[in-house]
Amino acid sequence: MKAAKGLVFKYGDNVDTDVIIPARYLNSSEPKELAAHCMEDIDKEFINKVKEGDIIVATKNFGCGSSREHAPIAIKAAGVSCVIAETFARIFYRNAINIGLPIIECPEAAKDIDAGDTVEVNFDTGVITDITKGTTYKGQAFPEFMQKIIAAGGLVNYINRK
Amino acid sequence: MGMTMTQKILAAHAGLDRVEAGQLIEADLDLVLGNDITSPVAIKEMEKMNVDGVFDKDKIALVPDHFVPNKDIKSAEHCKCVREFAYRNKITNYFEVGEMGIEHALLPEKGLTVAGDVIIGADSHTCTYGALGAFSTGVGSTDMAAGMATGKAWFKVPSAIRFNLVGKPSEWVSGKDVILHIIGMIGVDGALYKSMEFTGEGVKNLTMDDRFTIANMAIEAGGKNGIFPVDELAVAYMKEHSDKPYKIYEADEDAVYDEEYTIDLSTLRPTIAFPHLPENTKTIDEIKEDIKIDQVVIGSCTNGRIDDMRIAAKVLKGRHVAKGLRCIVIPATQAVYMQAMEEGLLKIFIEAGAVVSTPTCGPCLGGYMGILAQGERCVSTTNRNFVGRMGHVESEIYLASPAVAAASAIEGKISCP
Repeated sequence: MKAAKGLVFKYGDNVDTDVIIPARYLNSSEPKELAAHCMEDIDKEFINKVKEGDIIVATKNFGCGSSREHAPIAIKAAGVSCVIAETFARIFYRNAINIGLPIIECPEAAKDIDAGDTVEVNFDTGVITDITKGTTYKGQAFPEFMQKIIAAGGLVNYINRK
Repeated sequence: MGMTMTQKILAAHAGLDRVEAGQLIEADLDLVLGNDITSPVAIKEMEKMNVDGVFDKDKIALVPDHFVPNKDIKSAEHCKCVREFAYRNKITNYFEVGEMGIEHALLPEKGLTVAGDVIIGADSHTCTYGALGAFSTGVGSTDMAAGMATGKAWFKVPSAIRFNLVGKPSEWVSGKDVILHIIGMIGVDGALYKSMEFTGEGVKNLTMDDRFTIANMAIEAGGKNGIFPVDELAVAYMKEHSDKPYKIYEADEDAVYDEEYTIDLSTLRPTIAFPHLPENTKTIDEIKEDIKIDQVVIGSCTNGRIDDMRIAAKVLKGRHVAKGLRCIVIPATQAVYMQAMEEGLLKIFIEAGAVVSTPTCGPCLGGYMGILAQGERCVSTTNRNFVGRMGHVESEIYLASPAVAAASAIEGKISCP
């Protein structure tokens, strides 16, 4: 799997799916339309600043709340290449894997990395490198079963190949 | 080492004698659920799969409930997409406006969820059916698509937290106060990836509607599912509503739990979650200042059932909501609506100056039917008080029981009957 590399947007605990993509925009399911409002209620500047490949880092329970797959879809369509967090809410975790948005759990990296740092994530090894700080962290690698889903490009392709 | 109730249900549905926490399994599904927000995405994903229709037209439930009756053109298009899919695939349990209700109140009422089932739903509050002793959990649209196509889903077997309930709740304390108390105690990620298993002699003192409310909000503690033992009350509920066969599973005596809590229901007080997280709880006695409010919502998959309507009506009877306050009452299903009408509850609400709406999730997620302006405050019987959840990012939501919500509507500030 291709490594992710980009600038970091940093958030705190319990970033919920209502702030990732507010329900008032859920009358659409178009990725680009959703991306235009991604993180709007927590960070109005996010969508203006984010560039292809950038990385979101947050602390615990990222993606809590509603089951809306629109949340990881919006993040992915905004160009984000990876989300690093101390922990993820479980439905968001499943949804991210199922749609092929790379995510990785690593409490140390989630704590240390600051907004604006340049970070690289190697998904094969689980190693996270903060290039700005010159530090490295070992993230939680996915179980083999989930790696297969991600490698297939999501659950739909995985099932089609079975 | 024994298994928890959840683990036993999952083992049986994976064709295994036993499972352990952390094990990845593939389980057979008894029901796959979706609504008007999540189903269109699932339908699009399913169309990409090399499958010929759904796995079982009787084991899928499609309930447009979030933005219906259609709030705008885009919502109408989503509902049309779901309706056409339902007709094309001859889905038995598609519920059109007029027969629909809020999904998690509707499905148990229609007898579609029974003890021992494994149920996934593309809605986070799918965990509600644990009240009847089913394993049920929220998933996203792609999981729903795979579930509709194959009748299977993968799960990581959860470990569990046991909540041993003892005693009897006092007047004006309901299931909502129990679950808000628990979330306040363990936090919004206190049960992350885990089962919340409710046991103990106190369970018999909770009505079915109390149990639905408690299981419904397991997700607000991060839980994978919430589940209750199946007692006489649960069996009576299933016999009244369903002719589906059910199976009762019990946790082994030597089941292992990550944590155990004992909660004396008799000591609980009306509990309110302050902005902007369900874990920010205070009991009514801890609130010293006047918190003036602009709106009250009584309804949702958490608190829109007949017990909730009765409690709200008991408080509002012969009273009037405060001047300038909007009170919105939403019976969760057509049957609840009808029952409330026959019992004279709707008359009480209307005479009190409340409005009564057709079933919808609308205001709970800031969809429509009660959006908040900048700086406004709402006491709501719903389940989330996140930033911007019901409207403007600078509005505030206080989560509470129907009793507290109704009393607050009368006083115009957070109050208890």
